Amino acid sequence: MATKNLLQAIHEGLAEEMRSDESVMVLGEDVGRAGGVFRVTQDLQEEFGAARVMDTPLAESLIVGSAIGLSVNGMRPVAEIQFADFIPPAFDQIVNEAAKFYYRSNGDWSCPITIRAPYGVVPGGALYHSQSIEAWFCNTPGLKVVAPTFPADAKAMIKSAIRDPNPVLFLEHKRTYRLIKEDVPDDDHDVSLGEARVHREGTDITVVAYGLMLYTALEVAEKLSEEHGVETEVVEPRTLYPLDKETILNSAKKTGKVLVISEANLTGSVSGEIAAIVAREAFEWLDGPVMRLGAPDVPAAAFAKPMMDHFLPSAEKIEAAMLELARY
Amino acid sequence: MAIRETGTGHEALGLDEDDLRRMHYHMLLARRVDERSWILNRQGKAAFVISCQGQEGAQVGAAYNLRPGDDYLYPYYRDSGMTMLLGQTPRDQFLSLLGKKEDPNSGGRQMPGHYGSRELNIVTSSAPVGVQYPQAAGTALAFKLRSEDGIVLVCGGEASTSGGDWHEAMNFAGIHNLPVIFFVENNVYAISVPTKFQVAGSIARRAEGYGFPGHEVDGNDVLAVYEVTKEAFGRARAGEGPTLIEAKTYRMTAHSSDDDDRRYREREEIEEWRKKDPIVRFEKYLMENGILDESERDEISERIKAEVAEASEYAENAPFADPEDVLARVYAEA
Repeated sequence: MATKNLLQAIHEGLAEEMRSDESVMVLGEDVGRAGGVFRVTQDLQEEFGAARVMDTPLAESLIVGSAIGLSVNGMRPVAEIQFADFIPPAFDQIVNEAAKFYYRSNGDWSCPITIRAPYGVVPGGALYHSQSIEAWFCNTPGLKVVAPTFPADAKAMIKSAIRDPNPVLFLEHKRTYRLIKEDVPDDDHDVSLGEARVHREGTDITVVAYGLMLYTALEVAEKLSEEHGVETEVVEPRTLYPLDKETILNSAKKTGKVLVISEANLTGSVSGEIAAIVAREAFEWLDGPVMRLGAPDVPAAAFAKPMMDHFLPSAEKIEAAMLELARY
Repeated sequence: MAIRETGTGHEALGLDEDDLRRMHYHMLLARRVDERSWILNRQGKAAFVISCQGQEGAQVGAAYNLRPGDDYLYPYYRDSGMTMLLGQTPRDQFLSLLGKKEDPNSGGRQMPGHYGSRELNIVTSSAPVGVQYPQAAGTALAFKLRSEDGIVLVCGGEASTSGGDWHEAMNFAGIHNLPVIFFVENNVYAISVPTKFQVAGSIARRAEGYGFPGHEVDGNDVLAVYEVTKEAFGRARAGEGPTLIEAKTYRMTAHSSDDDDRRYREREEIEEWRKKDPIVRFEKYLMENGILDESERDEISERIKAEVAEASEYAENAPFADPEDVLARVYAEA
């Protein structure tokens, strides 16, 4: 077992799948010799060759469309979209094609592709290297959307995504790529898609969070425990669509108070869906309003740091919301 | 660029009389199934019809080169002449038309013309125009990566060349010399919009910019289409890469049963094209070459008529899927 950050863990998951299954391949912009702009595919081309680690033209619809075509002819492609902000040209191929192959052919054709896309606010990223685009895709039956945050989970889940017979959108928060290191098992460590994870047990409030906000929530949870004696249960969905309702609802029923945090725009967000599920299905157990924290409904984070910081739910805002809920 | 027409007889193309009879049978079958579909629509039994009429020669000529189950086909919604040549049946056509449970394309989920068959390597298709091209390039890439000799035939109308997907796929196919054949059935109309407002310059000539050959062919001449497509299959099989074929043809019906083409085109224009009907032309060739006579032609026609009637009746009496089936098979199980 070695200590790895998120980026290294995803890299290792990809490399192991490519070693064990010849049909697994990687394609996208700059994934080859350059190893990807974030270095997730570093050295893969050296090991597996230019055909299995393929630099594509700068054309997102082609990247996903050709991955679909590869997958129906025996391959297990992992397509990389360089920044999630650039995924819209591939929207048709993801939403109308990949996600509907199995259903529209009445189960005759499946489409086992993985689409990796770095998302989330990063300093200097501005409007087009910062967006949280998950809500666009969490309304698409037939597609799975996952967003693991911790390295060991990410390695296990990239492997699960590749082996899954369905199309999987695999979101990686850019700012968490190198944020923490943890022990990552060397071989198979199974995390099935569709399973949430309870990171911290608590009895007073539940926080459901993913991405960078999960780290912040975990830090604030420790602070509230020490300073206020408030014990927070922190749940990470890991798979955003379809959601693991059971784990979220069990926690909601246990604490009776739920706050959902992400850095996506609030309106029409995954947070809204989680809140709706809790409000309906855990109603009898609730002791306070289901609360949400997210980005304001403005297009995206700004380039200038003061505006970027103002866009994100900060540790202070998160702490205030958690305390408000705890005291409700 | 000269439009290619049959310069040589069928013998020079490696086709024997049985091949020609088979081609003729499938062109006529596609036409008769289509005609019957419109009747079912007028009777209120079929909600929607999308036609192959006028394009049977292009479809049969091109698809006659495919090896079913080995090569891949990405058809577009008019390509019933191709899918039935590969092995789908008139029953399949009508089951799909009427949205019945046994519809092999989708179990009653999709509109007619949205073909798919795992067994026949007909990749499931949809309604957005042009999305099939990047997919076809990817499928061809898989063959190339494994050094297999499979070939991908991908089809669309002329309007499918207007969007980015077509160009992205042409570019990618050119870069990697992929075994894919882009078969554009230019039938002059995209619903109401004629070619002159759809296509700048020439579709076929665009191939040159992507580094591989492009051909215009008379799409109503089944043997000419067969010949040029055969050449393309040969190139792909030899590792020489993609070919673009623009088959010049004509849509003889309205866009669909929901369209009234009298709003945008003259009856005289259709009558002119009727003289170039691919089935009439092929029958003339067959008769001139002593392969078919009037009585044989009538006998084939009667046989198809009976086959179509039986298939239509079967589909009309076939059950719908259970309503709850709309909830099933959203995700594949591992």
